[in-house]
Amino acid sequence: MLESKIDEASFTDEFVSGKWQSEINVRDFIQRNYTPYEGGAEFLEQPTEAVRLLWEKCRELLDKEHENGGVLDMDTKIVSSITSHKAGYIDESLEKIVGLQTDKPLKRSMQPFGGIRMAEAACHSYGYEVDPEVSEIFTKYRKTHNQGVFDVYTPEMKAARHSAIITGLPDAYGRGRIIGDYRRVALYGINRLIEDKLEQFESLEGDMTPDRIQLREEISDQIRALKDMIELGKIYGFDISRPAQNAKEAIQWLYFGYLSAVKEQNGAAMSIGRTSTFLDIYIERDLKRGILTEAQAQELIDNFIIKLRLVKFARTPEYNELFSGDPTWVTESIGGMGVDGRTLVTKNSFRYLHTLENLGSAPEPNLTVLWSVNLPKLFKEYCAHISIKTSSVQYENDDIMRSIHGDDYAIACCVSSMVLGKEMQFFGARANLAKCLLYAINGGIDERLKQQVGPKYRPVTSEYLDYNEVMQKYDDMMEWLAGLYVNALNIIHYMHDKYCYEKAQMALMDRDVKRYFATGIAGLSVVADSLSAIKYAKVKTIRDENGIVVDYQVEGDFPKYGNNDDRVDEIAVNIVRTFMSKIRKHFTYRNSIPTMSILTITSNVVYGKKTGNTPDGRKEGIPLAPGANPMHGRDTNGAAASLSSVAKLPFNDAQDGISNTFSIIPDALGKDEIFMGDLVIDTDCGCAEGRFIR
Amino acid sequence: MENNILGNVHSIETFGTVDGPGIRMVVFMQGCPMRCKYCHNPDTWNTSNNKLMSVDDILNKYNGVKEFLRNGGITVSGGEPLLQIDFITELFKAAKLKNIHTALDTSGILFDINNTQKYDELIKYSDLILLDIKHINDEEHKKLTLHSNKSVLNFAKYLSDNNVPVWIRHVVVKSITFNEEYLKELGKFISNLKNVKAIEVLPYHDMAKEKYKNLNIDYSLENEPNLTKEEALYAKKIILKAFNNENSVSNVESE
Repeated sequence: MLESKIDEASFTDEFVSGKWQSEINVRDFIQRNYTPYEGGAEFLEQPTEAVRLLWEKCRELLDKEHENGGVLDMDTKIVSSITSHKAGYIDESLEKIVGLQTDKPLKRSMQPFGGIRMAEAACHSYGYEVDPEVSEIFTKYRKTHNQGVFDVYTPEMKAARHSAIITGLPDAYGRGRIIGDYRRVALYGINRLIEDKLEQFESLEGDMTPDRIQLREEISDQIRALKDMIELGKIYGFDISRPAQNAKEAIQWLYFGYLSAVKEQNGAAMSIGRTSTFLDIYIERDLKRGILTEAQAQELIDNFIIKLRLVKFARTPEYNELFSGDPTWVTESIGGMGVDGRTLVTKNSFRYLHTLENLGSAPEPNLTVLWSVNLPKLFKEYCAHISIKTSSVQYENDDIMRSIHGDDYAIACCVSSMVLGKEMQFFGARANLAKCLLYAINGGIDERLKQQVGPKYRPVTSEYLDYNEVMQKYDDMMEWLAGLYVNALNIIHYMHDKYCYEKAQMALMDRDVKRYFATGIAGLSVVADSLSAIKYAKVKTIRDENGIVVDYQVEGDFPKYGNNDDRVDEIAVNIVRTFMSKIRKHFTYRNSIPTMSILTITSNVVYGKKTGNTPDGRKEGIPLAPGANPMHGRDTNGAAASLSSVAKLPFNDAQDGISNTFSIIPDALGKDEIFMGDLVIDTDCGCAEGRFIR
Repeated sequence: MENNILGNVHSIETFGTVDGPGIRMVVFMQGCPMRCKYCHNPDTWNTSNNKLMSVDDILNKYNGVKEFLRNGGITVSGGEPLLQIDFITELFKAAKLKNIHTALDTSGILFDINNTQKYDELIKYSDLILLDIKHINDEEHKKLTLHSNKSVLNFAKYLSDNNVPVWIRHVVVKSITFNEEYLKELGKFISNLKNVKAIEVLPYHDMAKEKYKNLNIDYSLENEPNLTKEEALYAKKIILKAFNNENSVSNVESE
């Protein structure tokens, strides 16, 4: 039935047919239709005049926004939804791909479902006030995610949150980290997706267990979102109920899918997925048909990237402090290899990276190359070229992730990998393991607040710390923390599903989604070095008048994490294993699979402020090292040794990602064309500029 | 046999990208007889013991990070590593048994043309010598380093005679070596060597100033400007031009 419908539509002319026609299966479509590209960047085109003018207008607006203190305009009256606003343009005559979050570029939408107070605070901090009626509705009549969570939190959870042994929890803001498979909108059109969802709905009859009731209600919401997407298309004059017929439509349709998501959700990370190779199929077809030139293809991609650069959310200054800026994490995963050995690099992978040349460098969208040793050499060279020129490319290890997720996964936020349309994540911020160690020593008393936050276990009473005693106490305290942390997250995600469900994104996913329960840790290197100091040097406790240990004196030297020294690296490995195994002991909401990350890329600064003196000699307030990094200045054997320490951490126990922030001055990374050895006098034939030199 | 010799090591950089081909582990040896004005490792001058390491210690360290060094190898630098020539020879010998590429970054200042026995042994295990010619003019060389350049130039010829691959490195300082005549002379000299694989022009920079301050050593190039990229490029051109002119003449002869 469905097959015949698509054939009738004849949108699939010249596409290789396959399973993707009888079921929703974008990967199958890609695999059968894409054209791997092993060539170089010479085909790329400069920006068109229209793109130049359009980007110039955006630059002016972004400058104005900056001058205005970070926000250009805010909507205070209309609650954002997929269809809430009339069409908005930057300059309609110049735009090839259209659609904005509100009716004006950079005007921030109001999204109170996560929490009305957060929405109010975001407005207030930039001199705006939420319309009183909206405030009233979301206070009196419509409950928010934030209110739901705080209705249920235990006193212990609130205390742990207050002391910041658990921080950054998505209990007052959108959790993000879900990637809708926006490609489906282009490939299938919305009508077909609605049909599929109706089938799913019908498949869920019989015993009405709470799980089934929840899923049925969600699918109904998803269908509503899909219908709204059709409306959104109409607002801009397009009919996206049917599949896209050409490259321009494919990009536009896909973008409408994404736009629906960001109009509905102000998530901590709103990644776009893995779209370049998918779209390349449409572009290749149009190039072959002779209805598109390379310059026009690049123009479409430039337009699309401009739209992604303009995605903005209303957030509070505290939020921005935690995340060091105002990130949207519009991560796009590029390249990688297929499981069949063909590269997934296409010409469009180049076009995406080329936008950094055509439009200049920018942090968003977060262009992320899925790196494999087997990527085509010329693509690697182009990546290097763009990195050197713009410093705006992120790289992640495709060879490791492909073995777990296959070849149609993408990165959400900075490192969280998930299969498109099939997997999502419950984002869970971080537990501060450095603070947990201090709790172990002080019997659950917070070293800064001087209050009992953790359980009242027996504290260390000796003057010098004994490794075995501390380890035992630390193990107990981690056991407590893991339980509290997982259960706080269970509450958060239950309430997020209930009051702030991501219906647009979930509408573009399968019925039975695999959910990861993503926990995280901060302070790993502080813990490793502290335990190493206790084990290999002598650490004396310094107590306040109440006997609470408030400082430490390290006597002697000790191995430090980051020097490829097994004595301490093993401690770090053990901590990761131990904490993850404690996380795994607990019930996780919706049968989600617990994972852990070690990736505080920015919030480590805030965590450090809230963590007292530690036994490794670190002073109160000093930032924790980011992610899995060694503490600043303690890795003294160069980068390879430092990276080797990090590389020992077990990915299986930190599957949500391990990050290592590595800064280096460009000159230390090798020589540029001017200072390279003059290899021209060292060619294989012994020729130098045509002359024989013996 | 002599693997129990210990080397006096200043420090180890496991991700060296500027001292030889590829990504390399660079072993900085402690101690140097030279006092080059622009030296950026004055903390390696002192010859008193710092960190004593055996050949095995160093190779174990290499082994721990070798995944990162696939196209590289080991570079021994300093200080002046040839103060400890016996140790370096043993290290390179052991490295070659493991097929590790070996490079030696030296000033050649200790070379004695009348007593080359130890060098004959060393070069058997050296894949590449990074030879630092500080100044081609002997008088100026003395001013710059407190030593004559005779042994350096002899060492260069010795390496050429023995066909040991060499990269010539030359630091260009505006007030000292950024001089057309000297650069030409250097190019000419290099052109008479048979084994040169690359010439590296290193523009002077003042990033070591802070180190001098911390060590309480006067920094004699206090007012010296950093050499710009353009100037470095210009210096390179002059050296290359002289190098090629000389070469073409000698090539005609050899043809």
